[in-house]
Amino acid sequence: MSSEAIAVVIPARSAGHDLRAIKIVLHREMLRFLSDRTRMLSMLLQPVLWLFVMGTGLGSLVRGSIPGVDYRTFMYPGMISMTVIMTAMFSAGSIVWDREFGFLREMLVAPISRASIVVGKCLGGAIVATGQGIIILAMAGLVGVPYSPTLIITLLAEMFLAAFTITAFGVMLAARMKNMQSFFGLMQMAIMPMMFMSGAMFPLANLPSWLHVLTVVNPMTYAVDPMRNAVFSHLGVPDAVNAALNPGVQWFGWQVPVGMELGLVAVIGAVLLGVGIIQFRKAE
Amino acid sequence: MTLNAAVAVRDLQKTYGKVEAVKGVSFEVSPGEVFGFLGPNGAGKTTTINMLCTLVNPTGGTAAVAGHDVVSARDEVRRNIGLVFQDPTLDGYLSAAQNLRFHAELYGVPKQLVDDRIQQVMEMVALWDRKDAKVMTFSGGMKRRLEIARGLLHSPRVLFLDEPTVGLDPQTRSAIWGYINKLRLTEDITIFMTTHYMDEAEYCDRIAIIDHGELVVIDSPEALKASVGKDRVQIQTGDDERAIAALRERFGLDAAVHEGAVTFAVASGEEFVPRLFAELGLPIKSVSVARPSLDDVFMNYTGSTIRDAETVSGNEWMRAAARR
Repeated sequence: MSSEAIAVVIPARSAGHDLRAIKIVLHREMLRFLSDRTRMLSMLLQPVLWLFVMGTGLGSLVRGSIPGVDYRTFMYPGMISMTVIMTAMFSAGSIVWDREFGFLREMLVAPISRASIVVGKCLGGAIVATGQGIIILAMAGLVGVPYSPTLIITLLAEMFLAAFTITAFGVMLAARMKNMQSFFGLMQMAIMPMMFMSGAMFPLANLPSWLHVLTVVNPMTYAVDPMRNAVFSHLGVPDAVNAALNPGVQWFGWQVPVGMELGLVAVIGAVLLGVGIIQFRKAE
Repeated sequence: MTLNAAVAVRDLQKTYGKVEAVKGVSFEVSPGEVFGFLGPNGAGKTTTINMLCTLVNPTGGTAAVAGHDVVSARDEVRRNIGLVFQDPTLDGYLSAAQNLRFHAELYGVPKQLVDDRIQQVMEMVALWDRKDAKVMTFSGGMKRRLEIARGLLHSPRVLFLDEPTVGLDPQTRSAIWGYINKLRLTEDITIFMTTHYMDEAEYCDRIAIIDHGELVVIDSPEALKASVGKDRVQIQTGDDERAIAALRERFGLDAAVHEGAVTFAVASGEEFVPRLFAELGLPIKSVSVARPSLDDVFMNYTGSTIRDAETVSGNEWMRAAARR
């Protein structure tokens, strides 16, 4: 051992320091994900199950009622959003895990802002979830979706946005949670209805009015619909089929444009992130 | 309040609702000192240390660490302190080196120093050869060593150690003390620690004893032991009953049989021994005189042993001796 200690002088806090903190929190999320083989495998398996087992099973039931389009093709964008959302939620849950195992304390006593911890976590969750989405993107050909570069880039961007918003939502929920069980309980309670009412599994056209209202107020609808829109624009299906399966979202008869939907998701994500940071500041 | 004190606390208070956890303590720790904070469970040790580490806001009084106020200059304080908690705060899924790197980035250690400093602190706690092993494969002692290394990584002015050796085997405990003693030589650092082990408190330059949220006494271990005043004398005789009776009659001392010997407490025991032989009127087979230990000090000031914090009445000193 060298006898002379290396004197470290920590510079005063700066934007660069906060950026470094965000980067390392994010980097840790990646490392954790890559070192967890079970989690990686389950993430690989999950979409396969949804798409090919559920999709094929349900598809045989509804065959013929969707003219010209395989049910799996219809479900494909829904599955992307579902997988991304689940993964993002899991990532957010790691905050509760960190608290239970004490590591959160290491972050909370550091001379950095709480915001950089939260932002790092959300970005980490969004990147892991997008990575998960890439696996599903790779399966596009199996369900009759073309490998178009514009489609892939559009979907990746939309996945990232959705994942970030959901991670922010999860972090907000997790900020004050003390144990994993209650977090996952709450997560199921929040995610399941949102998923069912988002149009991930059925088209939003011709719904009974009560369900239509629920889908319109459900923020997740606005994350799922742009993905479906992107996929359908590359399918080349007849207009009638497109109208039935990809009707978009309407507010009192007004068609909400995709750009606005995405903007809405981004705004919700930013608000949730803000609330999450405030919650996190309060929790000690 | 001295400006250059490593830790300066004045009338520090913390109340939780109606419970007064800390009732206005004041003390100072000089730079370079190893300062021991002792007290029975629930005495206010952890609350005080949490206030000094900026984890809990005081409800009254002031505290400054490394010259920075713990409330108004929270980040400054945080930059200048290292923390080792009782419970581990490592990520078991990351390697030892990854845990340290995380810390270096979080604390903003200058990039060109990170690698060298990580190696230095890991070599210090003899974990460099295990740098790439996942922390979950480490034993309790190794984890504690790694946490100490991590606490030092950013060259803090003050290192807070909350029960650094609790739950560790004697060998690891002495190894950790070896590192702490080495630290005083290599790094320019002040160490503020709490401990339950009285034999470890001996290593401290000064000790503060806190009880019921109040500072009872603060001094060097030697001075504290001297302040107890009485030595422990043990004698072996042919007839313990008669010896006890004789001690009471001739010297007015309360004696009892402990560890198979007649035991009593007396001021300056060595000077008492010749009188004992001359005046006891009984043959004495052997005699031993022991200086008071820190356990005796603790007993004397808090009325309980540190281990169980029981209230002991009567001849407290003697019973503490009996427990050992």
